[in-house]
Amino acid sequence: MVQYTQTHFNASFAALSDATRRGVLEQLGRSDASITDLAEKFHMTLTGMKKHVGVLEQAGLVTTEKVGRVRTCKLGSCRLEEEAAWIEKYHQLWAARFDELDKVVEELKRKEKADGRKKRRRARSRE
Amino acid sequence: MDARKEGERAHVNNRTTVERKSGRELVTTRTFNAPARIVFEAWTRPELFKRWWVPKSMGMSLLSCEMDVRVGGKYRLEFAPDAMAFFGTYLEVTPHSRLVWTNEEGGEDGPVTTVTFEEKGAKTLLVLHELYPSKEALDAAGTGAADMLSETFTQLDELLVTLGANAGRS
Repeated sequence: MVQYTQTHFNASFAALSDATRRGVLEQLGRSDASITDLAEKFHMTLTGMKKHVGVLEQAGLVTTEKVGRVRTCKLGSCRLEEEAAWIEKYHQLWAARFDELDKVVEELKRKEKADGRKKRRRARSRE
Repeated sequence: MDARKEGERAHVNNRTTVERKSGRELVTTRTFNAPARIVFEAWTRPELFKRWWVPKSMGMSLLSCEMDVRVGGKYRLEFAPDAMAFFGTYLEVTPHSRLVWTNEEGGEDGPVTTVTFEEKGAKTLLVLHELYPSKEALDAAGTGAADMLSETFTQLDELLVTLGANAGRS
């Protein structure tokens, strides 16, 4: 859980650490825009803007959709909290399963040790 | 006595981590204080598997558990109270190191689960990787799982306690 949250926060912080990307978010807060619109507005090449949008998209802050030849960008639904809640549930399930699995594993280890002793005893008695 | 102490220590040291590696992937890791062959055994022998797969906190109990652990073999788990079934096919079975299976109960949106067992000294690092066909499928599965887990079947608690006590004795 902790790790999951950190990964997401890191991605978000990285995305927000750049002035252009913060500007893009502000712009998209006002209206959806194509990559071309954004590139023009921020005086950048298409390739440069694509990179910025890619970083924002990776962090879940922006979603893009390609219709024909135009890729439209909008603010991400940012369902971080909701998503974190179910990841937490998933984590709880697996943590509980693995605690039970620990018990089974300990029992198998003890059994193996006991069987090993028996085998050694048998081997010795045969000598 | 010693064994119990070891168990407690294992519980403290061996954290379960979950990470959404990408839109389509969930990766869960956990270390076990045992060689890989023992951990693998607990995943592949139904009588052992069913003792840990359904923890009490899940609020369900296992009605049946069939596992044909070989490439192309099927598994099927049925849960009480409403006979919900989970089933799929083993795609890869490499003793003591790797298991891959499909999860077919959700139709085409089900993930492919890969479990690897990596022995490190006297311990085993287990990595459980779930790859969904799409981001939407993972999102939907998450919502469904959260709903399912938040439901409680209190009437089953007593039964699970009994089952737990029996398992402890045997």
